[in-house]
Amino acid sequence: MLSKTGVPTPEQLKAVKPSKERLDQGPVVIVECFQEIPCDPCYTVCKKGGFLPFEDINDLPRMDFDKCNGCGICIGACPGLAVFVVDESYSEQEALVMIPWEFLPVPEEGSTVKGLNREGHAVAPVTVKKVRYAGENNNTHILTLVAAKEFAHDIRSIGVKE
Amino acid sequence: MVNKIEILVIGSGPAGLKASLGAAAQGAKVTLVERDPFLGGQLVKQTHMFFGSKEQYASERGFKIAEKLSREVEDHPKIRVLCNTAVLGCYENGVIALETKEKVVAIQPQAIILATGAQENTLMFPNCDLPGIYGAGAVQTLMNVYGVVPGCRVAMVGAGNIGVIVSYQLLQAGVGVPAIIEALPHIGAYHVHASKVRRMGVPIYTSHTVLAAHGDECLEGITFAEIDKDRQPVAGSEKELKVDVLCIAVGLTPLIEILFQAGCKMAFIPELGGHVPLRSDTLETSVSNIFVAGDASGIEEASAAMVEGSIAGLTAALNLGYGKESYQENLAAARRELAGLRSGPAGEKIRSGLARLARSEEVTY
Repeated sequence: MLSKTGVPTPEQLKAVKPSKERLDQGPVVIVECFQEIPCDPCYTVCKKGGFLPFEDINDLPRMDFDKCNGCGICIGACPGLAVFVVDESYSEQEALVMIPWEFLPVPEEGSTVKGLNREGHAVAPVTVKKVRYAGENNNTHILTLVAAKEFAHDIRSIGVKE
Repeated sequence: MVNKIEILVIGSGPAGLKASLGAAAQGAKVTLVERDPFLGGQLVKQTHMFFGSKEQYASERGFKIAEKLSREVEDHPKIRVLCNTAVLGCYENGVIALETKEKVVAIQPQAIILATGAQENTLMFPNCDLPGIYGAGAVQTLMNVYGVVPGCRVAMVGAGNIGVIVSYQLLQAGVGVPAIIEALPHIGAYHVHASKVRRMGVPIYTSHTVLAAHGDECLEGITFAEIDKDRQPVAGSEKELKVDVLCIAVGLTPLIEILFQAGCKMAFIPELGGHVPLRSDTLETSVSNIFVAGDASGIEEASAAMVEGSIAGLTAALNLGYGKESYQENLAAARRELAGLRSGPAGEKIRSGLARLARSEEVTY
């Protein structure tokens, strides 16, 4: 249970997952935010209308997945590092997973690293396709990982050390 | 010789910085005193992004907020900043003694805003005084202010926001965190913080406590165990960990000694972290023109501390005759922000603490 272990339940994850049709179409955001806390930058940073307006600052994010183009600006804006983008249209066998990264070393583009699940276990190797820096003010890196499709909804971090 | 000044703000964390800016923006002259050599209080150690909304600098990192607000304060013509300055006490007629530049100076402010923050709680267990056992604030100071790693393997006690955030910062510094140990049956931190450390492989042991620390000259390991609902160790659940640092993050207590000295009416409110002053809804204590803001008024997030600072600053300035025209509008905006921050499930504890405080009578000794 999330409140005991820090790992969201399968039911919680299912509730925030876009439909298969939407996932097939291309990159889309997945917001793993399950607790009402006073926080709204995901909504204020999105220029596409992907996040429905907050009525109260404590609201959970509610999505309009059809307006989201998977740009990932919200990944670097989320103070909880709870926002990811998945692109299942990348290839037949592989998907792209975009994650926030606040550790050193920052992996090099083209390198292969361990893909970690929500418990920190290595589940499959991933290739770092792109490294984006969210800027001096934010200091977060946004990594685009290539992962086998069946792990696109499990891999949420990477292990860069042996 | 007593220097007469308008508003004295004690402490330059998020509440004190915002109180100074709030009062100065209304036209009052502010003297801001800070014990440390630099402004910012705990903000300077906060490398994570803040929650809240853009009014409280959401998505920005605490130390960046400290830089921004410190610059505003230092550049403000109405604010005089005294770092390396400690308040020694509050005496008759509201005279405050300061130690600054190795001299003791007496000043008499027309209004005081106390924004002294909080001190860490500690935990008792066998060998809890071994070198290597730190409060989370000390670990953060070593790492994030002075760039010194506290050790190689750190066990964290406390899964509130501070324990979980400091664990994450330790990981960022390349330090191993083999366990976060929490006595409550649930994680107190925002769950997103907990998920961040979990996916880096750190286990969180809820309903567990430290039984003992081990080591001759310094910490070499700990024994921890599961506890039942009466907080008694469950036989056979003991686990050993080899660690060279144990970090204690088991809550904070408001720092309010100066308010006791000043004769403010106080009440003991567990939800707010301990003794806190009775106060009006604009944070004026029972002694007129003495205000409180931030963790000193009750333990809460830095975002709320900033808004409380603004409210206290605006109102202290008003009491001195400044900013009558814009007061109501500015106050209403700040109140809306504060109500929003406290309105959700995460604000339940602070709401019940404030409700209890409103019903409280002064505690006497």
